[in-house]
Amino acid sequence: VRRILITGVSAAVGGRVAQALERDPGFEAVIGVDTDDPRHEFRRTEFVRVALERRPLSRIIAAAGIDTVLDTRLIDHPLSAPAKRIEAANEAGTAELIAACAAQDTAVTRLIVKSSAAYYGHGPGRPAFLTEDTTPQPRTAIERSIQATERMLREHQARHPQTKVSIIRFPDVIGGDSRAGGALAGLLQLPVVPAVLGFDPRLATIHHEDVVGALVHAARHDLQGAYNASADGVLTLSEMASLLGKTLLPILPPVGTGFAAAQLRRLGLRAPVELVRQLRHGRALDNRRLKASGFAFAYTSREALVQIRAQQQLRPLLTAGGESYRYEPDLEEFLRWSPSVRGHGPPAAGQAAQSQPAQSEAALSQAAASQTTTTSPGQAATSSNDAISQDDLVELIDSLDDEGLRELRSYEEAHRARPAVLEALGRSLARRTP
Amino acid sequence: MEATDRTASSEAPADPQARPADPPVDPQARPTDLPARPADLRAHLPGLEPDRRVTDWGRSELVEQALERTVYDFLYHYWFRVQAEGIEKVPEDGPALLLANRAGGLPITATMIAKSLRHRRRLHFATTRSLDAVPGLDMFLTKAGAVPAHPANLHRLLFDEREAVLGFPEGGSARPLRDRYRLKSFEHLELIRAALSARAPIVPVAVLGAEEASPVLASPRWLRLSATAPLPMPAKIRIRVLDPVWRTGGDVETLAADLRALIQENLVEMLAARRSVWLG
Repeated sequence: VRRILITGVSAAVGGRVAQALERDPGFEAVIGVDTDDPRHEFRRTEFVRVALERRPLSRIIAAAGIDTVLDTRLIDHPLSAPAKRIEAANEAGTAELIAACAAQDTAVTRLIVKSSAAYYGHGPGRPAFLTEDTTPQPRTAIERSIQATERMLREHQARHPQTKVSIIRFPDVIGGDSRAGGALAGLLQLPVVPAVLGFDPRLATIHHEDVVGALVHAARHDLQGAYNASADGVLTLSEMASLLGKTLLPILPPVGTGFAAAQLRRLGLRAPVELVRQLRHGRALDNRRLKASGFAFAYTSREALVQIRAQQQLRPLLTAGGESYRYEPDLEEFLRWSPSVRGHGPPAAGQAAQSQPAQSEAALSQAAASQTTTTSPGQAATSSNDAISQDDLVELIDSLDDEGLRELRSYEEAHRARPAVLEALGRSLARRTP
Repeated sequence: MEATDRTASSEAPADPQARPADPPVDPQARPTDLPARPADLRAHLPGLEPDRRVTDWGRSELVEQALERTVYDFLYHYWFRVQAEGIEKVPEDGPALLLANRAGGLPITATMIAKSLRHRRRLHFATTRSLDAVPGLDMFLTKAGAVPAHPANLHRLLFDEREAVLGFPEGGSARPLRDRYRLKSFEHLELIRAALSARAPIVPVAVLGAEEASPVLASPRWLRLSATAPLPMPAKIRIRVLDPVWRTGGDVETLAADLRALIQENLVEMLAARRSVWLG
């Protein structure tokens, strides 16, 4: 039985990891910390809002008797914040976390860190499949900060051999929750896919669902050392574009690419250095070490792309709704601790919460099912709603407005009429029209 | 024609100034370190996705088929009138490293060897020089089946994926026409090391005719590519596959010297038997 602390629990990945772990009886305490309010509804996870640069972390760890720390907080997306702030968040935040784990009165024996393939950098003359022990060649500030972070973790491991430190390196996240995506996911949203003339990079990707799955896997099992978590199947950029049914546009010249990218930035197009280098050199990872540890990916790269295509076609229907869940500290406290609440089970308004975490496990176990629902791009083109896997559809339902819901219900009734989808639709409609 | 040819085949040997140290070698990935990765990882290679037409190495079925139909077929049957002997000596499955003598100015040999083996098995072409700097060329070669001869790549291809790899181990720059068929010492030893650590047989291949087909007229130091005839000459090409060499250990440099001597010997023999450069 473990007691786990999850950082970055208000972000797309951390929230989903907490939802998956709070359903696991192997974790008797699940505590989430972040600097913002959570966007996922938790049943059992206790949320504490902390500023990472201050000292409360070590007090939480000591007071709650935490033995496992899962850190999902590292930033590798160059557009999410200014480079200086990313560096500070990665390096100072990790130093703080390590100090908290190593404090006298704590019992942390396992530290799991969500790292990034940005660790390796991009460049020519590298192996076609980077293994975990390939020497990194960081070039940019973010890549260097990821590398510095991992160095700190290795030093911590060396000083505390009784602690098991596992580092999971993720390539670009695509599919699923769009907030989790990196620069590549943003690129694939564009109406055309930009490229560097004369280059067709091989790119590693991972589905959002598998990011959550890999971290949950690492929390449940004893992993130690570095692991590459990259979906099976290395796609080239041209292959991605054709899977999405988009045109590949070689907009960047092969000579003076950096200069051209700077001009594009001046025009307002967001083209970070990392992305430009990626489009030129590409990068693929060898994921076999993680697979050998017992993890099974739910999506191959190709399946993730097929699903994205379906979602992109469904998007016009989805933009109407807002966020379905809002964190209310007083309400959460009442639901969890008040003696008047019966059974201390799921919160009363928790149907949405049930369907969401259910989705993560279902998606992991239903790898086969999702593969069959997301088959050929041709089929996806004709019936985009059908191609979205059932779980994703159920998750999306709460973000729709009433009209969108009715539309989706009539569509579903006319087409595949999956009972779980119809039931979720009915439930959602009933809740909204009292 | 010249352009297609240059790109269609995929070796570095055409390059006059290939330095052996050219691809930046990862100190962590040296072949001496490689066997440390446990063998059972082979069971975790990604499965085949039948809908895909590009491999994980970036090799494109469509590009290959297009080249096969247009360029390779014509060159093989009509232009070079290739005659191959000993094809059956190439193992039908399991890893194999084919080592051939260098072609002339244009790397024609690789595609012709691959074409002569097409009913037996697929070949990957190990390029001993990184072409990352040349826009279009690197992309094209990758789609046509070229893989950079990085020790880690060779190990994955030979040991993990049990594929066949063709490499050109001669060092130095392309020979001028007057020195044709005088093999230089084998400097790309990473090829041989990879075969040894993967326990793959090494299949020496002697190729006659390629040096006349694209004669190297001059290779001045300042030019990165050697001056050559713009079009391949219609010389008769003969390919002789020699008996596979099975080794699992021993001195790499001695083995390299032995292999070189073996190919040289056969080339001398084939040269002596040849009556005409053009008719064979």
